[in-house]
Amino acid sequence: MAVDVRETARAPDTPIWLDSRYRAIFFQVVLLVIVLGFGAYIFHNTYANLERRGIASGFGFLGSTAGFDIIMHLVPYSAASSFGQALLVGLLNTLVVAGIGIVFATMLGFVIGVARLSRNWLIARLAAVYIEGIRNIPLLLQIIFWYQVLGKSTPGPRQSIGILGLFFINNRGLYMPAPVFQEGFWLAPVALAIGIVASIVVFRWARARQVATGQQFPILWTSLGLTFGLPLLALIVMGMPFHWDYPELQGFNFSGGMVLIPEFISLTFALVVYTAAFIGETVRAGIMAVSHGQTEAAYALGLRPGPTLRLVIIPQAMRVIIPPMTSQYLNLTKNSSLATAIAYPDLVAVFAGTVLNQTGQAVECIAITMAVYLTTSLTTSVFMNWFNTKMALRER
Amino acid sequence: MKKISVIAAGAALIAFVAGEAQAQATLDAVKKRGQVICGVSQSLPGFANPDAQGNWAGFDVDMCRAVAAAVFGDAKRVKFVPTTAKERFTALQSGEVDFLARNTTWTMSRDTQLGFDFVGINFYDGQGFMVTKKLGVKSALELKGATVCTQTGTTTEQNLADFFRANKMEYKVVAFEKNDEVLAAYDSGRCDVFTTDRSGLAADRTKLKNPNDHVILPEVISKEPLGPLVRHGDNNWGDIVRWAFFVMLNAEELGVDSKNVDEMKKSANPEIKRMLGIEGDFGKMVGLDNNWAYNVIKLVGNYAESYDRNVGPNTPIALSRGVNALWTKGGLQYAPPIR
Amino acid sequence: MTTAVETSQKAEIPPPASTVGWVGWLRENLFSSWQSTVLTLLAIWIIYLVIPPFIQWAFIDAIWTGNEAQDCKLPDGSRKDGACWIYIKAWIGGYMYGLYPYDLRWRIDLAAIAAVLMFAPLSIKNLPYKNVYGVAVVLLYPIVAYFMFYGFVDFPPGAPGSATHPWRTVQTDKWGGLALTLLIASVGIIAALPLGILLALGRRSSMPIVSTFSVVFIELWRGVPLITVLFMSSVMLPLFLPEGVNFDKLLRALIGVTMFSAAYMAEVVRGGLAAIPKGQYEGAMALGLSYPKMMTFIILPQALRYAIPNIVSNFIGLFKDTTLVAIIGMFDLLGAIQLGNADPKWLGFSIEGYAFAALLYFVFCFSMSRYSQHLERKLHTGHKKR
Repeated sequence: MAVDVRETARAPDTPIWLDSRYRAIFFQVVLLVIVLGFGAYIFHNTYANLERRGIASGFGFLGSTAGFDIIMHLVPYSAASSFGQALLVGLLNTLVVAGIGIVFATMLGFVIGVARLSRNWLIARLAAVYIEGIRNIPLLLQIIFWYQVLGKSTPGPRQSIGILGLFFINNRGLYMPAPVFQEGFWLAPVALAIGIVASIVVFRWARARQVATGQQFPILWTSLGLTFGLPLLALIVMGMPFHWDYPELQGFNFSGGMVLIPEFISLTFALVVYTAAFIGETVRAGIMAVSHGQTEAAYALGLRPGPTLRLVIIPQAMRVIIPPMTSQYLNLTKNSSLATAIAYPDLVAVFAGTVLNQTGQAVECIAITMAVYLTTSLTTSVFMNWFNTKMALRER
Repeated sequence: MKKISVIAAGAALIAFVAGEAQAQATLDAVKKRGQVICGVSQSLPGFANPDAQGNWAGFDVDMCRAVAAAVFGDAKRVKFVPTTAKERFTALQSGEVDFLARNTTWTMSRDTQLGFDFVGINFYDGQGFMVTKKLGVKSALELKGATVCTQTGTTTEQNLADFFRANKMEYKVVAFEKNDEVLAAYDSGRCDVFTTDRSGLAADRTKLKNPNDHVILPEVISKEPLGPLVRHGDNNWGDIVRWAFFVMLNAEELGVDSKNVDEMKKSANPEIKRMLGIEGDFGKMVGLDNNWAYNVIKLVGNYAESYDRNVGPNTPIALSRGVNALWTKGGLQYAPPIR
Repeated sequence: MTTAVETSQKAEIPPPASTVGWVGWLRENLFSSWQSTVLTLLAIWIIYLVIPPFIQWAFIDAIWTGNEAQDCKLPDGSRKDGACWIYIKAWIGGYMYGLYPYDLRWRIDLAAIAAVLMFAPLSIKNLPYKNVYGVAVVLLYPIVAYFMFYGFVDFPPGAPGSATHPWRTVQTDKWGGLALTLLIASVGIIAALPLGILLALGRRSSMPIVSTFSVVFIELWRGVPLITVLFMSSVMLPLFLPEGVNFDKLLRALIGVTMFSAAYMAEVVRGGLAAIPKGQYEGAMALGLSYPKMMTFIILPQALRYAIPNIVSNFIGLFKDTTLVAIIGMFDLLGAIQLGNADPKWLGFSIEGYAFAALLYFVFCFSMSRYSQHLERKLHTGHKKR
């Protein structure tokens, strides 16, 4: 006679609170009550505190006039702009540091990781010293240190170091000529977009052909030609519709041109140097995870070391590298918030700093700041997960 | 067993929510605790600055001591909580400190939107600029295109924007989190100009490598009425802080100071008699004993003594009284009478 | 026909001179190809650019004797070229103890000695009840340290002895320096461990509400920078509490740090749990152990063992991250160094201060990471033997 397992799982005289199914429900209800109760408690306290003391609350302040200036803004901003626009300026400043930092940290990180495995003893040692030295010193200290060094080693504006009369370095930043666009410039970005799309198409076609026939195609040169050549062509066709605005010494400072402020330079530099050490370790682990037989097989097929690394090792290592790399990218983005220590106007410095102080609405300002970071982090995670799935081994 | 503890925890939680502590009058809390908790600046020579042994001194610190003297008859019963510009308002709102004496500018939005009451103006100040002498600048109107260093989270940042906007001058602002960082950046040449309240400029100049290389420009670009502030709603506590301050002013006006206060008890002047508690019950009116004003003057001193000791011409800060002189001497300091 | 068959081995010919000895080593490791040669020269050039000027600054030109800033300056008031180490000497007390009262600093030293004495037995190999002792020490030491730091004789303000008694209380705003850095990092890890374990178990739980809650909690804290968490603890947390209830600033920062590191700890513990073979669970269940018993006696001890190296690296990360409390105005090691840099007597020597801080942090973090690698190897072989 077959025994119904589920029936015997619970002896008929087992009290209901010892039944695991009911117990699970009970625990979850308790947790829910505690969490909701705690949330309600905090909300109630905050609300009561704000109410009792007549502290303003709500997000209405985002529309009021900010009344302060920000040294670096990628979108038009002045003291007459609103707090909401200040939020946008801070966010963009954070994203630009994070974006540039990620690109350079990846490049430097790969160099360091490969150098760490180099057969050249001196290079491998040097990379190891770099990794251990940088990883074991707090990032905040490094940021402050580089800021100090930059401030102390650069001259005042009137003694600027000029390079070709176009670039100027002083303790207010790196000045360089800025292009001023005239009518008809619109064609260049359009051409750039077409060039990028065309490069991708060519890349896909070339890869398909290589898989099918084994014939290689000079992808790199074609893509470079398409991406840079097309816009150049567009500019020539439209008669070079832009001119350069050169920085000039006027009064206290240089005016005109573009400037990279020292806060931006030292923050980005420190973030790149720091994150590259971690990425280097990640890359090394990834490459070591690829069995040595792969290299030997590639050599046996007659591939030279360069193509072996590029075509055989790195693609396989990438699968191991991408997940930890994602968290390094997220770390870099979050670490850019240390900008507040050296007055770079990032999201935290502008919004959780200046705006919070001007309005006094701590709860709203901190909550918005955290929400923005959370959104950025989650978006990046989702994107990298998608990329990871794409890169994952497709077994045939 | 497990269930009981869970239920107990839940019950405790509910009890916690329901039995939220009743709003407690600040004075009772202070008396029970045995000391006044006073929010001050982190380090601003002349106003609030700890020495290497952690003893606080300064003009704002005296304000804290005066309140302690009025409440306890002991000027030492103060705990000083150094606050950053960012933290100061939450510290007061949340009751972490009993009041702020942290050269904070009285503005309408702070008075109305943040749930505070400013109890008086113990220092009339205005924002100014400091530059290096080398630049050869004589007036703030010559600062077109300059880079300005300032501390974030103060009215300074907004006044600065207003000033340059009103005069149609371009400028760049670098805003730091802490005052020491602003100063270090200015000293290293990151900026041409350092801006804050003029009292602060004078105080910070003493912290520079070569104070004599720097000059404070004549322009005053804003009104900065600095004063102590308390939480909105506890009027009795606000009265105590306000009158501790007014006692110092009245004492100066009546010629009473820490040295002659015992003799002055015998004075025939009815105003002095009222102030020192010989006549009337003025201490009781604010919930203190009648020696309250005597203690403030005896243990801390009158306004002039505190001023001269901390920021006056004979200190490194070297600020003359200017608009902070008594109204009888052409200044703005004017205290309502004790009667 | 005779075939020449070699019956004895020929004497070995020595390898070419260019492949043995230091010449061979150089050829093999530094100049194996022209690319390698270029890289070697490049590396030598970098070393040449960095090392000699550094040695010149830090040792040869450095000022080691003297007591005042004047000793590091030229007669015209500008500073000398070398490192001014006497600035570090003058401020070393501040770096170690922050603003802690001068006459009570021995209490911090005592706490440090107590730490060494209490944790030393753990390095004995076959200590009986080692696990029990370890847990006991980890739980007991914070209490000991708390009383050393805070003191236990609380005088009413102004009472006699309130400024002289050796065990008088010292408020937390006076705590600082390396002592505070170590305190925050240790509390952050020790308090985060139980919370992290609960969250890790919750995340793997089959109960939907429990696992959702754990995931949300973990991802929430991991998704934001620590600095915003610290800002939250310093300006938002006070508003969350009912009127009249106040947390100390240090305690608020500790709560923020603990929440933050608990989320990371949960992921580390989850990694350890994932490494446990399924058979362990099945075995425990077959023995009829309940869930709490299975976890406490079978699964968690193994999982935590796997997780120890990662816990140590988490600790290193937290140790470095404690520098952020300097931004919210606390005087940890970095904060104390900035305090010293702003000392009017010693203006202009901040690079020395930061260099010293870097050295201290490096020594701590590097030795901890070496220890973690050592543990990893030890645990790894332990596993292989079975």
